[in-house]
This record gives sequence, structure tokens and C-alpha cells, in this order.
Amino acid sequence: MIMIDWSGYIGLILQGALVTLQLTVMGCALAVVAAFAAGLGRVSRFMAIRMLATTYIEFFRGTSIFVQLFWAYFVLPFAGITLSPMQAGVLALGLNVGAYGAEVVRGAIKAIGREQREACVALNLTRRQAMRHVILPQALPLMLPTFGNNAIELLKGTAVVSLISLNDMTFQAQVVRAQTGSTLIPFVTILVLYFAMAWVISRGMRWLEHRVTRGLDGVRA
Amino acid sequence: MEWDWDFVWQIMPTLLQGFKITILATILGAAVALVIGLVFAVLRMTAPRPIARVTGFIVEFIRGTPLLVQLYFLFFVLPDIGIRLPALVAGVIGLGIHYGTYISEVYRGGIENVPRGQWEAAKATNLTTRQAWIHVILPQAIPPMIPALANYIIAMFKETPLLSAITVLELMNQAKSIANSNYRYIEPMTLVGVFFLVISLISVFFLRKLEARYSRVDER
Repeated sequence: MIMIDWSGYIGLILQGALVTLQLTVMGCALAVVAAFAAGLGRVSRFMAIRMLATTYIEFFRGTSIFVQLFWAYFVLPFAGITLSPMQAGVLALGLNVGAYGAEVVRGAIKAIGREQREACVALNLTRRQAMRHVILPQALPLMLPTFGNNAIELLKGTAVVSLISLNDMTFQAQVVRAQTGSTLIPFVTILVLYFAMAWVISRGMRWLEHRVTRGLDGVRA
Repeated sequence: MEWDWDFVWQIMPTLLQGFKITILATILGAAVALVIGLVFAVLRMTAPRPIARVTGFIVEFIRGTPLLVQLYFLFFVLPDIGIRLPALVAGVIGLGIHYGTYISEVYRGGIENVPRGQWEAAKATNLTTRQAWIHVILPQAIPPMIPALANYIIAMFKETPLLSAITVLELMNQAKSIANSNYRYIEPMTLVGVFFLVISLISVFFLRKLEARYSRVDER
């Protein structure tokens, strides 16, 4: 058997890792925006906004990232919207995970006790002020652990963009497999890299949680 | 390009054929996941410390990596060491192991939520361990698990399109091949979305009912 020069192939996979990272970061950014918009929409006092948010959430939770990605990439062009694989990927990942995040936002807001709301009314705060200064600061720490899990789900979801030929880590592993005929090394390498990224996310979220709960000690019994 | 109903009726039989495989994969995957989940849960809860820790790491690893890559692993790597699985079998095993790790947490949570006093009471009334499990612990542990288990099975159903990447001819794959041979993407891709959306919405409706029925168990 001929020795294969692995350094070049590892380089390919690391290039893919950068694409995966990019997708994860941009997808998460979009997901956070979508989650807060739809989560706050769900608790809005206007029925139209509540319905719009509910429709968005049910629609994106009803199908998988894969189906949504293919739809965005292959069907939207017929409506005159042509997206690059990267744009389609960020859009599908962000909106899909955002829909799950919206339920987290809503749940956390609902979990803040009635007395907090009543205190806001007593202090004559507007709804906006109450949300901004009283409810959300307390709800945020409740959201973070689940947001961490959602971010890991998003990271795992990025693998499907390889199926619309975006050269992420999974795609590059397939390239290496095609060129070397070796299967074990590329796939084990990327599994370990994905796991390492997931570990970084979960550690990062724990750190963030620690930071935002600091100073809230004793606020809630 | 416009939506074409004639084309929709023309491709419907092929899509339904794919949909059957999707359902089959979901049912088999769920069966594997329920069993593997139990194995993981039991190993983590009752095995000697080192084995429990290794199992814990394996569960974390599987949960931290994409299902698609795990499917590739089963489909491309295993044949190199002499295990050649048909695509559907590899897919079902992949789905089963991946969701088994989530389900093992449900089992664990359900069993650990049974109050200690129930174990002590079982011991006090001189039940054997086996009797305690069958007559005291499991009847209390299982009902609260049901909505969570159903939730993961619905999630697994939604992920079955990934099996198309390892050549299983399920719904997504049929839609892709129709799209590629007719150069029409709107109808097949949209129909796949509609199929999944409809089934998911129906199952969410039943899930709510399950939750309403079984969450009462907590409030004794």
C-alpha cells in the first residue's frame, strides 16, 4: 500500500471546519434574532402578531433543516430569489433553530412571576420598559442553558449543507474519501472536530450563564 | 415557472412510495431507539463506575456530532471492516443510536423522578427487586415519560430525509430524483415539505393530548 500524504488532506478538512464555524456563528446570530422576535411576538397583546409568530414557529418546527434548506436552495430561485449555498444554509439553519429558540424565550418570559409584572404596573412602567428592564433581565438566565443545546443542534445541522455542495467539514471529508479511498480517517477526524466544537459551545454557554447570573443572587428565592 | 397540478398528480404515486419507506424507517428507528436508549440508561445507572462513565462519554459524543456524519460512518466505514449493511438497515441503526442517546436521558429522568420513599416502601413491604420494579417503580416512571418519548420519535421522523444521503429511497430521495429527471423543483420539494408539515402538525396535536393526559400523574 502506498503511503498517503495526510497533511494535505487534513488541511482540506480544516478548511471545511472554517466553513462549518462560519455557518454556525452566522446561523446562531440569525437564530437569536428570530427567537427573540418570534418569542416576544408570541406574548404580544396583538392577536395578529401572536398568530404570525405561531405560524412561523409551527411551520419551521414541522419540517427538518434539511427539507427547508433544499426548499430555500431549489424552489426560491423560481420565485426570483437566488441564494448562494452559504446564504441558503444560514437562512435555513437560523430560521429553523430560531423557531425552537422562540419557544424557549416565551417559556422563560412566562416563568417570571406575576408579582414582577404587578410591581411594574405599580411603578407605572410602560409594557416596553417592564419587558426591557424587569422581565427580560430575569428571563435571560433561564434561557441560556437551552440556548446552548439549541446552538449545538445548529452546529450539527450545518452538516446537511454539504448536500447542496457547500464545502463544509462533512463535504470535505467526502472529498478526502473520494480521493484517497480511505473512509475511517476522514470520518473519525470530522466526528472528533464536531464533538470538540460542541464541547466549546457547551463550555462557553456555561461561562456565559455564570456571568449573567452573577449579581442576580438572591433576587429570586 | 408556475405550479402545475397535473404534474403533482403525476408524481404523487412515486412520492407515496417514498413516504412508505419514510414511515417504515421511522417505526424501525423508533424501535431501535427505545431499546438502545434503555441499554444506555441501564448502563449509566447500574453498571460499575468505569463502564457507566464510558457509556456517558459515548452518549455525549453521539449527541454532539451530526446524524448525517454518523450515517456516513455506518454506510462507508463499516464495509471496510467487513460489515456490509443495506442502506435502509444502516439508516435505521443510525437513527436508532442517535435518538437512543436522547431517549436514554428520558428513561433516566423518569426513573430518577420516582421518589426514594417508593423504593423504601417496596422494601418495607418485602417485595423483591423484580416486584418493586414491575409493580411500584415502572408504573410510576413510565407515564410521565410518554410525551417526551413521543416528542423524540416525532423529531426522528422529521430527520429521516437524511437517509437519502446514504441512498435510501425514502420520500426526499424520490422527490430529488423526480426533480432531477424533470427539471422541476417546485412541486416535488414543496410536496415533501407539505407531507412532513402535515404529519408533524397532526402528531403535535396528539402530543398535546398525551401531555394533558399524563402530566397529571405528577400532581398526586
